[in-house]
Amino acid sequence: MARAVSNRTKVANTAIAGALGFLMFFPILWILVLAFKTEEDAIRAPLEVLFGSGWTMESFATVQARSDYFKHFSNSVIISLGSTFLGLLVAIPAAWSMAFVPSKHTRNVLMWMLSTKMLPPVGVLVPIYLIFRDLELLDSRFGLTIVLMLINLPIIIWMLYTYFKEIPGEILEAARMDGATLRAEILYVLTPMAIPGMASTVLLNIILAWNEAFWTINLTASNAAPLTQFITSYSSPEGLFYAKLSAASVMAIAPILIMGWFSQKQLVRGLTFGAVK
Amino acid sequence: MATKASRSAARLMISPAVLLLLGWMLVPLCLTIYFSFLRYNLLQIGETPFAGWENYYWFVTDPSFNAAIKNTLVLVGGVLAITTIGGLFAAILLDRPMFGTGIIRIMVIAPFFVMPTVSALVWKNMFMNPVNGIFGRIATSLGFQPIDFFGQIPLASIIMIVSWTWLPFATLILLTALQSLDQEQLEAAEMDGAGWWSRFWFIMLPHLARAITVVILIQTIFLLSIFAEILVTTNGGPGTATTNLTYLIYVSSLLQFDVGMGSAGGVIAIILANIVAIFLMRMIGKNLDA
Amino acid sequence: MPTKHTLLSSAVGFGIAALASTAVAEEITIATVNNADMIVMQKLAPQWEEATGNTINWVVLEENVLRQRTTQDIATGGGSFDIMFIGAYETPIWGANGWLTSLNDFGDDADYDLEDIFQLVRNGLSADGNLYAVPLYSETSFTFYRTDLFEKAGIEPPTEQITYTEFAEMAAKLHDPDNGVFGTCQRGKAGWGENMAFVGTMANAFGARWFDMDWNPQLDSPEWNAAITYYVDLMNNSGPPGATANGHNENRALFKDGKCATWVDATSAANDVRNPATSNVADVTDFFQAPKQETDKGTGWFWSWALAIPASSQKADIAKDFLKWATSKEYFQMVGDTEGWVAVPSGTRASIHEDPRLLEAAPFAETIKNAIFSVDPADPTRDPVPYTGVQFVAIPEFQGIGNYVGQQVAAALAGQMSVEQALANSQQFAVREMTKAGYIK
Repeated sequence: MARAVSNRTKVANTAIAGALGFLMFFPILWILVLAFKTEEDAIRAPLEVLFGSGWTMESFATVQARSDYFKHFSNSVIISLGSTFLGLLVAIPAAWSMAFVPSKHTRNVLMWMLSTKMLPPVGVLVPIYLIFRDLELLDSRFGLTIVLMLINLPIIIWMLYTYFKEIPGEILEAARMDGATLRAEILYVLTPMAIPGMASTVLLNIILAWNEAFWTINLTASNAAPLTQFITSYSSPEGLFYAKLSAASVMAIAPILIMGWFSQKQLVRGLTFGAVK
Repeated sequence: MATKASRSAARLMISPAVLLLLGWMLVPLCLTIYFSFLRYNLLQIGETPFAGWENYYWFVTDPSFNAAIKNTLVLVGGVLAITTIGGLFAAILLDRPMFGTGIIRIMVIAPFFVMPTVSALVWKNMFMNPVNGIFGRIATSLGFQPIDFFGQIPLASIIMIVSWTWLPFATLILLTALQSLDQEQLEAAEMDGAGWWSRFWFIMLPHLARAITVVILIQTIFLLSIFAEILVTTNGGPGTATTNLTYLIYVSSLLQFDVGMGSAGGVIAIILANIVAIFLMRMIGKNLDA
Repeated sequence: MPTKHTLLSSAVGFGIAALASTAVAEEITIATVNNADMIVMQKLAPQWEEATGNTINWVVLEENVLRQRTTQDIATGGGSFDIMFIGAYETPIWGANGWLTSLNDFGDDADYDLEDIFQLVRNGLSADGNLYAVPLYSETSFTFYRTDLFEKAGIEPPTEQITYTEFAEMAAKLHDPDNGVFGTCQRGKAGWGENMAFVGTMANAFGARWFDMDWNPQLDSPEWNAAITYYVDLMNNSGPPGATANGHNENRALFKDGKCATWVDATSAANDVRNPATSNVADVTDFFQAPKQETDKGTGWFWSWALAIPASSQKADIAKDFLKWATSKEYFQMVGDTEGWVAVPSGTRASIHEDPRLLEAAPFAETIKNAIFSVDPADPTRDPVPYTGVQFVAIPEFQGIGNYVGQQVAAALAGQMSVEQALANSQQFAVREMTKAGYIK
């Protein structure tokens, strides 16, 4: 910013933005608080919850005793990382060719790819379920990884395509003049330049895969069940359950929230979808 | 720069993605179309005879069908309006100089990381529950009758929950776009005596047009198939007040287990989604040309 | 040498046991709901795992999700689950479809003592004379009420079956929202297993029925209208806010928290509500029959949560072993010893209902048993009907119809449409579905 900004404006901005941030963050903050309360305290009036009661880890212990958190957690990690990795393998060449060897169909192909995401999953669940049954992929991490890779593939391709497009073609041509092969071109010229973009693509896809709650619940039973299923075990009340639900929710969203926290800069800078010229 | 060799290489490189997506689209699509012409209910064993257009007839004449179409549009439109306009203001706000930028930004974008089931559960129980929820508590302590969110304003409540998730996404993209705005242009306009409003209207908004397009496009894709939030909070009710097309298909194919009718609904939803898609692309697609 | 002989045979015995246990050490997957009694089972199951060397994968789902997942799996032969928790509605239908493993051989096991399980319950879990599931608990509905609040309001607790009109008067007198007490809490969350369970029995009391003898839906009858009008008025006058979100579990939580004066719901909740460890109103809760109106037929429902083995399971023998363990006399005694006898699941075994430890800890167990025995699913309504089932109709199409009607009733309760409109929509939908399924030509 070229302009000198008075501290007073800065304070005012901070106050307004801080209020917005607090409002948006409050629900998450609140489950974070309730997760460390006893069930009886968790349903008291908000001020009493905050100031009039003690803290406890009890709910986490109850949740862990009832469902194996680490199994669900590792399934979530494997499925979301795996699907993102496989997605990149397929998407990088596709995005490369669309960005650097565009044809008159490029835009249509891109739009068609995005439109496959408009297939309502509930409409095709039964066919997919039958196919999975016959291929013995039900309740397998592999099957789920493939499905999540496919549903997020259009987004990965589009994001990569927009990043690749921003890379000036002259650099590639220069490399080609120097006799670089296609493989070398992608590996040594293109990839390093696209790393920031790829990083945010990867981040966004991990988030989408981690939070996907339709296929992950319907195609798994126990062995491949990720955290989305873990949370459904706590979704209907059983007596007082706010603390348990909060603890389970915190356990389900904490990993991705922490990841988001650390990669916040990448995300803010990188999520352009070609929105910036 | 495209030589013949690089063209064929390009075709080779794009083919895995195209083939995979084609398979992913065609196989279930063909099966869905096939099922949609069968009398096929999972709960009834035995034959699945050819049914002609029967399933389509039953789906379209379903008493919930019109409501589902209307609710889908209101839901998508409502969330888009809230997130785009809200996101615009949030982005402008966050782009200003302030203390603790990093922490405030992460707080604003945090909801995007929360899985839909969790956010629906948390809103439903801890906030919108009229007896023990925070909103109810506050209303009662101020002497008001607490609002029964899912009874009185069900669709608005769902729009609110979904917007909470997607507002950060819109903010993120608009913020990125805003940061690329040429500050000197803004300053020059300010020197010329342009007020905040005209600077917003004539400089910022045109600059953000492309980003807004992207927000609308991406969100529409996800919002058309909103499901978890409805399943967890209202189950499509009361009545059909929150039944969208996705949920109606869920009811037919997975609650009534009428796969034939559910598939007919799926085909209809695909057609409608594609109409929306074509409409969207026509309207805003040119914005995306680089 | 007798000693040597015994030693030898026991060695052989050990060998066989060891062989057997290594041979059967397998993993089974159980789909269940997060109801209190199932959570207890999950807690005790490690004892079975240790005894047999097998391990269990629990898939705990919310009730609606459980129904959808299990039905989808069993109807497509997905084979994801070895054991499922299912109810009195699914069991006969699925059994008749050949989707479940018959459990008739449980009758040969003298230790298990199948005859000890109430005949009525076994019948409800059978199809064509074959047993397809064994019950963890079974239930009817009755009225929970708060003795302290009744006393304070000067209401004499009824000893005979009262009418719904009298019940509404009581609820109005007890209603005191300023002090956080609602006159009555009833199910409002839409679903055939949620609000329609209560509304269905109430409609029975008002003389209504789902279908006439030719399977024509009767939802536009004056009886249904009277019942739903009564229900909406009752909830608006004396119910909690946001009733359309309250299902069984939500109401149970409200009642245990002391927010409801009356509640007509499952007898199986009684042990939880009367358990001082889990409830704030354990000492001040008692029970009377569910009210009647035009008739006393079908005023209490019949339901049972039971364990069944899908025909697609590859591990039926191990699954059977677990089923026997989880519904044995010893299991119920173990629950009594570890969780307290008040927490023992009710309504399945005669011997448990006669156990003095139960009678002492849960004096209401006798009331529950008698209430269950008074239900007759084969004769549920005032006017003759072609179906069995009190709060449901035992045909596959009922789920869809029941859910739809449930939504319409919830809309009427939320004030989004009139009772007439809701019932007209319901009738239209039911006629459609029955036509589609070929009942109406």
